[in-house]
Amino acid sequence: MSNAADTPVLRALGLRKEYGKGEGLVRAVDGVDLDVVNGETVAITGPSGCGKSTLLHLLGGLDRPSGGEVRLNGRRIDDISEKALARMRRTDVSYVFQSFHLMEELTAVENVELSALLAGRSPRAARRRAEELLDQLGLAGRSRFLPSALSGGQRQRVAVARALSNEPLVVLADEPTGNLDSAATLDVLQLFKDLHDAGQTLIIVTHDARIAATADRKFSMRDGALAGLED
Amino acid sequence: MGSILLVLRLALRDLRRRRTEAALLLLAILAATTTLTLGLVLRDAASDPYESTRAATKGPDVVANVGRVTDLADLEKLATASGVTEHSGPYSVIAGKLEVSDRTSDVQVEGRDATIAAVDQPEVTQGSWVSDGGVVLEAAFADSLDVGVGDSVTLGGRSFKVVGVAVTAAMPPYPGASCIVSAGCINGAIPDDRDLPAGLLHNPGLVWLTQADVRSLASDRSSLSYVMNLKLANPDKAQAFVDRTGGDHGGAMPMQSWESILADATDLARDSQILLLIGAWLLGLLAVASLSVLVGGRMADQTRRVGLLKAVGGTPGLVAAVLLAEYLLVAVVAAAAGLTIGALTAPLLTESSAGLVGSAGTASLTWSTIGLVTAVALGVAVVATAVPAVRAARSSTVSALADAARPPRRTGWLITLSARLPVPLLLALRVAARRPRRVALGVVSIAITVSGNYVLMVLNAFLGDQPGTGAYTETQVAVLRHVLLVWTVILLSLAAVNAIVITWATVLDNRHASALARALGATPREVTVALATAQVLPALLGAVMGVFPGGFLLFAAINTITGGDSDKATLPVPWQLIGLVLATVLVVAALTSVPAHLGGRRPVTETL
Ligand SMILES: Nc1ncnc2c1ncn2[C@@H]1O[C@H](COP(=O)(O)OP(=O)(O)O)[C@@H](O)[C@H]1O
Ligand SMILES: [Mg+2]
Repeated sequence: MSNAADTPVLRALGLRKEYGKGEGLVRAVDGVDLDVVNGETVAITGPSGCGKSTLLHLLGGLDRPSGGEVRLNGRRIDDISEKALARMRRTDVSYVFQSFHLMEELTAVENVELSALLAGRSPRAARRRAEELLDQLGLAGRSRFLPSALSGGQRQRVAVARALSNEPLVVLADEPTGNLDSAATLDVLQLFKDLHDAGQTLIIVTHDARIAATADRKFSMRDGALAGLED
Repeated sequence: MGSILLVLRLALRDLRRRRTEAALLLLAILAATTTLTLGLVLRDAASDPYESTRAATKGPDVVANVGRVTDLADLEKLATASGVTEHSGPYSVIAGKLEVSDRTSDVQVEGRDATIAAVDQPEVTQGSWVSDGGVVLEAAFADSLDVGVGDSVTLGGRSFKVVGVAVTAAMPPYPGASCIVSAGCINGAIPDDRDLPAGLLHNPGLVWLTQADVRSLASDRSSLSYVMNLKLANPDKAQAFVDRTGGDHGGAMPMQSWESILADATDLARDSQILLLIGAWLLGLLAVASLSVLVGGRMADQTRRVGLLKAVGGTPGLVAAVLLAEYLLVAVVAAAAGLTIGALTAPLLTESSAGLVGSAGTASLTWSTIGLVTAVALGVAVVATAVPAVRAARSSTVSALADAARPPRRTGWLITLSARLPVPLLLALRVAARRPRRVALGVVSIAITVSGNYVLMVLNAFLGDQPGTGAYTETQVAVLRHVLLVWTVILLSLAAVNAIVITWATVLDNRHASALARALGATPREVTVALATAQVLPALLGAVMGVFPGGFLLFAAINTITGGDSDKATLPVPWQLIGLVLATVLVVAALTSVPAHLGGRRPVTETL
């Protein structure tokens, strides 16, 4: 899928993250190189504790690496200010979490529009975009519901809608089906297929072989290191 | 035995794990126990101080005096007048000047026997009773001159050693003394443009010498006046006795009933006592506000912990025991510290009023105070334990575990409204909207503080005018100012504790929401400003409400209770009120900035 002409949207070079020191030193991410090109879906699998979440946090600028670099659209993001990182998160990368992380007191549409509001969109434009996305994701009738009134699969769809509201370059999903039953998992699986078909760049950390199967490239992670997998 | 150790270990570990929270909880219970201790000690010390002095000093029912030796016979006749059961005197009295270091004050010097008198035997609070060459000073007078046993003073050109300090019920304490010398006295401030008639005593203090020393001070017998103390068969008829007996003598003989001394003596004391009482109430309300924020927040958190302990095999009993042990530890420390601080601070307040009322009793801890304060602290502990323990015992382990602390409230219109605002305000309003009860407590807490301050401003301005009007003397104004100052300091400290407690609770409570907002692209600064603004907006509301209606109502209430005359008070002008509101908001902003800053900078990935 990738060819030499494609400049990577996201690139990691010798990326490292360590926790603790001395005896208790943990190399959560240990020398990861990764290029992700536009429109590509990358899947990362691996046992619990091997460093998948940490890697995603580094790639999206939620956490700072101990060494190595991360480039987004060619620009280094591992050494920029917190404020610049925050700006970048508004428009360039967004996250989908295993436990959804929706605000309990906000309705579905209010959760989705929040990213747009934080990015400085007008309330009306933010609302319109949020309704549109919920519509596309089959939640039109649920936009005024609180998260507590939605099923797990529906909540995750709301979270995906929120991730898409600022049209990010890359969506980073950390075990998006980890908290879902199998019916809801199929639902979200279809959603990611559709996103892929629409050309969205995606990095998905998952245990689910079916999600991994939809990816353009698959990696396995072990003890902080990344290894390519052949189909 | 083993299970007690386990319970203690689990409790201590949890307290250590959440040190800041434990410290704030300690602080809040401490504030409550200190306030309560202060209130109780002051109540004990200030209840009927004149009555207790009167009982302790065999206080007279009537004090009579004459200014001339020729009238001495008339005075002596009173000893056998109908209705009189006991008497002491006549004692000689002389007007004079007392000098100590660089200060000079007018005094009335009363000559007494070294032996115990049947009526009006002043209670020595320091040192001993009069002896030749030794002078005893009235307590409030000694206090105002800052003179104590062992010091030397000069009286009528002769040096005397201060051998004692005493209180009496025969005369209001300094500077309200009644006049028992023929020269005449004037109390209160004197306008600069008025000269006193020669010989008139100004704010005289009262001192006691031996009869012999008084006679030796007198140039001749005509400079002496005489005073006699009488006990009546029926003390309730003292005023009638004065009217009747004074009348017999053509009104020539000045007499005072104990009721009129009481009225003079407790005038100022009553004012300062009311101040203290109202202060204690305000402080109590503040303490309740901070306690309910902290304990309420913790209770929700603990429900989950109980579920966790149950999940790993703890019996509901063990779980409740751990919780109880945790709170008991904090409560016992807080009660002990609160009793100590309260008992140590109370004299700061009563010293002044003890001098005022000449109270023989000083502020001290009684067993009932200790019991009550400890009971309240333990009560907080038990309630704080019982609610989550019962809740968790009733609910299944799973649902207790899943209970996401207290679910935040949804306030739809605020969420819609906030969408139109800049990001920090948007987040701030939503932070506030999530916990309306806490916001309300914050508003109330600030409103109480500001209305307290408003009243303090009015009183301060009022006292500032006093030396001119003569209702209070400078010393009295100083005493009242001192009371106001202590009051203000305690009020402000407690309010500051509240602001920090509430902000910290908000920061903890919003950990997840803050991290999420940052993951979605809010900057640390925006989150910090939001957390601080969520405190400052209620503070602004509270400050405005504290001025109006809070301050106005509180002042009106004080006026009603004291029967004071609000026309005499100068109300703060608008710019002072605006200043008060702005200062409050600034202080709250400063106090909340540190916790808010910490909350805004917390690494996102640690929370999500
Ligand atoms: N904040 C942290 N402090 C210390 N160690 C951490 C921290 N976060 C993660 N780790 C450690 O880093 C390793 C990788 O964690 P994580 O990225 O969450 O793994 P995964 O998502 O693959 O399960 C684990 O050993 C974990 O214990
Ligand atoms: Mg993980």
